Amino acid sequence: MSGFDFLTTRFETALGWGRKFSLFHYPFITACCGMEYMSAACAHFDIDRFGAGLTRFSPRQADLLLVVGTVTHKLAPVLRTVYDQMLEPKWVIAFGACAVSGGIYRNYAVVQGIDRIVPVDVFIPGCPPRPETVLDGLLKLQDKIQGQRQDWRWARKT
Amino acid sequence: MGPEDLIEAVRKRLGPAVEAATDSFGDPVLILRAEAVRPALAALREPPFDFAVLLDLTCVDFAATEGRFELVYHLYSLAGNVRLRLKASVPAADPAAASLAGLWKNAEWLEREVFDMFGVRFEGHPYLRRLLTYEGFEGHPLRKSYPWRLEQPRIPLKEGP
Repeated sequence: MSGFDFLTTRFETALGWGRKFSLFHYPFITACCGMEYMSAACAHFDIDRFGAGLTRFSPRQADLLLVVGTVTHKLAPVLRTVYDQMLEPKWVIAFGACAVSGGIYRNYAVVQGIDRIVPVDVFIPGCPPRPETVLDGLLKLQDKIQGQRQDWRWARKT
Repeated sequence: MGPEDLIEAVRKRLGPAVEAATDSFGDPVLILRAEAVRPALAALREPPFDFAVLLDLTCVDFAATEGRFELVYHLYSLAGNVRLRLKASVPAADPAAASLAGLWKNAEWLEREVFDMFGVRFEGHPYLRRLLTYEGFEGHPLRKSYPWRLEQPRIPLKEGP
């Protein structure tokens, strides 16, 4: 290992690197896009290759909220509550045309894009999106996390 | 028993309750007088017709063109393996019909759905309240008169399109 006796990096970069490869996601699945989520999550496409394989079924243990499918006005407070329950730092992906913009639904029932309820980091369009698109969206989110100013709660207080 | 025979038998049993009879893709369709719906369906529930399954109960809005709502009942007979569709018109100004509660258990929820979406009152229903929309929702969204883009959010939303 001569020549690699030491490594320099910024603490922020190291923290971003750690965060982007250890995304615990909470799948908020309401509609048919769930099939594509399953396909992307399971062995064939396998989001675990990119470090987002650990699905948590409690928002309190997750830092990536995957909103998969149509969100109606009846469901909107639930989604807001789920988002509020997640601990910082947290990110949100809008998965599929309905979550992005309401999709084909423009009526009394459907929220026209979940960014009207919660802040969204990455929009993945498609009806439904192919698993490759989902992986691409995940990589884009990882780029974003790496480039973010990391939120150091303990440092901010000093 | 073919559709014609069934229509003939039902007309004989129900008499003046049946206004007209037609045929839709091989399935018999009967137009009933609105006030005769409950006794007519109660009779069809019993042998010899034995329509044990209420497949669907829904509504069509003709309020703007014809001033009426049309209730549509789909029945299925397990014994005879036949389907029967019944229609009845109620005035759009005060849409009301007799409830089928007590004849078929699932009629209660189907009627709640029609009440929710179209505002048709079902008299004699044990708990006629909204089924699908939420508390605080105003109006009946599947009526043609409902503004087609009117949303009724439950929580404050960011400005949208």
